[in-house]
Amino acid sequence: MIEVNELTKRYGDKTAVERLTFTVRPGQVTGFLGPNGAGKTTTLRMILGLDEPTAGSATVGKTDFRSHPRGLRHVGALLDAGQVHGGRSAAAHLSALARSNGIPPRRVEEVLQEVGLAEAARGRIGGFSLGMKQRLGIAAALLGDPPVLMFDEPINGMDPEGVLWVRRLFRRLAAEGRTVFLSSHLMSEMENTADQLVVIGRGRLIAAEPLEEFAARGTHRSVVVGSPRATELAAVLTAAGASILPQGPAGAGRLAVTGLPADRIGALALEQRIALTELTTRTASLEEAFMELTADSVEYLAGQHR
Amino acid sequence: MTTLTSPSPARFRDLIAAEWIKTRSLRSTWWTIALVGLFVIGSAAVAALADSHNLAAARTTPSGPADFRPFDAFPQPGYMTLMLVAGSVGAITVVSEYSSGLIRTTTVAVPARGSVILAKATVVAALWMAVGTVVATGSFLVSQAILDAQHAGVSITHPGVPRALVASALLAPVCALIGLGLGVLIRHSAATMATCAFTLLMLPTVFSQSKRWSADVNHTMVVAAWQRLVQNWAPEPGSRMFSATVPGSWTVYGLWPLIAVVVAVLVVRGRDV
Repeated sequence: MIEVNELTKRYGDKTAVERLTFTVRPGQVTGFLGPNGAGKTTTLRMILGLDEPTAGSATVGKTDFRSHPRGLRHVGALLDAGQVHGGRSAAAHLSALARSNGIPPRRVEEVLQEVGLAEAARGRIGGFSLGMKQRLGIAAALLGDPPVLMFDEPINGMDPEGVLWVRRLFRRLAAEGRTVFLSSHLMSEMENTADQLVVIGRGRLIAAEPLEEFAARGTHRSVVVGSPRATELAAVLTAAGASILPQGPAGAGRLAVTGLPADRIGALALEQRIALTELTTRTASLEEAFMELTADSVEYLAGQHR
Repeated sequence: MTTLTSPSPARFRDLIAAEWIKTRSLRSTWWTIALVGLFVIGSAAVAALADSHNLAAARTTPSGPADFRPFDAFPQPGYMTLMLVAGSVGAITVVSEYSSGLIRTTTVAVPARGSVILAKATVVAALWMAVGTVVATGSFLVSQAILDAQHAGVSITHPGVPRALVASALLAPVCALIGLGLGVLIRHSAATMATCAFTLLMLPTVFSQSKRWSADVNHTMVVAAWQRLVQNWAPEPGSRMFSATVPGSWTVYGLWPLIAVVVAVLVVRGRDV
């Protein structure tokens, strides 16, 4: 379990993270979302004791992570796949990490197998692709078999097979009862992986809730209608209080209607004897909900600075 | 997934072993050591050959036992290069972690930051102690073998030799630890290298031996201490130059690396990684 309480980090007069409070629970994958520069990495660093908070606190398993003399059995973390020495082999890199924490050398072989790098274990890391470095970083995080795992943008540079693999891995780690905290600036990455979301923008908390609830916050629910007599239909719907946006190429006869539910639109069309070729309710996607909410926060804060 | 059931041990020797794995797994470590070793021993051979030519040209028949010629066995160009290389490699052990970001991976694995620095210092000191011993012994033996042709070689037990040998062997670990300390303080590769070269080799030349205060500063420098310890003659009584003392020079050898490591340990504790 990760608990963040009123966490704040300022660099000079620039505030990177402001009074952030949330909890990441075990047994679930929790996504940590925000646009670039929202303060995700700074938050992760403070949780890991790399950066000292200006105010507030962060604990992992009820303790300050820095109070552990050795960390790998408490938290596994991948912050940046580039944080390795290119001149070493993957095996040497992991062996040094394992040894520093008194982890038996067989674990190195196990995690290399697990992430699919057994073949490349003796080659220099400098020759690895970004996807391979991500796998190496995940291997390092798994070394100590920790109850808490944190990954910062883990699928960057991975091929589609790698993305599928890593999603299954995260789901499995959570199913084993571990706390899995996963940062990303891409909502689509979370759609298939996360149970819970922590969303931040400009260093402030926007939402901390289950994924479905967050998706339901998207306000732009709309209905797409198609009709040969689209212009007439548009006039009728506007009169009934809806707002209309033409969809597709001009003359395609498709409208996006907001402000009226699908059954009401169907009834109105029937009254006017207008034939419909399409009537689809479109719920806002996670991506849209995310964009909408973070854009709001960015605008709001940008306004404050002026 | 297998479970690690054993509790988390926090043994310092594991950190030393981990740092040793890091050091030996870089090919550049071994290349650097081999090249600097060859260069220093080669420079002793060159110095001894030149001296031996002079002796042959002078055709002086040696009267009595030969004198130890310390700067043939431990020539300045060779040992100043050794200082520079040891200092740089000591610095690189930490600077390379900062520049790649590996230091964050290391710090998450071992949140006890001071212990990491101490383990690095231990490995760096031990490695360069070994290199220094081999190189100093090698350059002494090679130079004496060459001087033997002119009956000017001395044995390793000759008066003045053991001190010069120990001081020359210790020069490498002393400089490597200073480099490590500077690396932790500065963190940027180029700036660290420049500061390291400046501190070890350029700064001492700023202070002359002819004024009391200036000589005092000069004598606190590692290179001056090494010269005093290798030199086997006492300062001339009538000389207007101020000379360093032998105990003072040993103290300089001890204090520089000690201060470097202590400052490094204190600095990493309070700084964001």
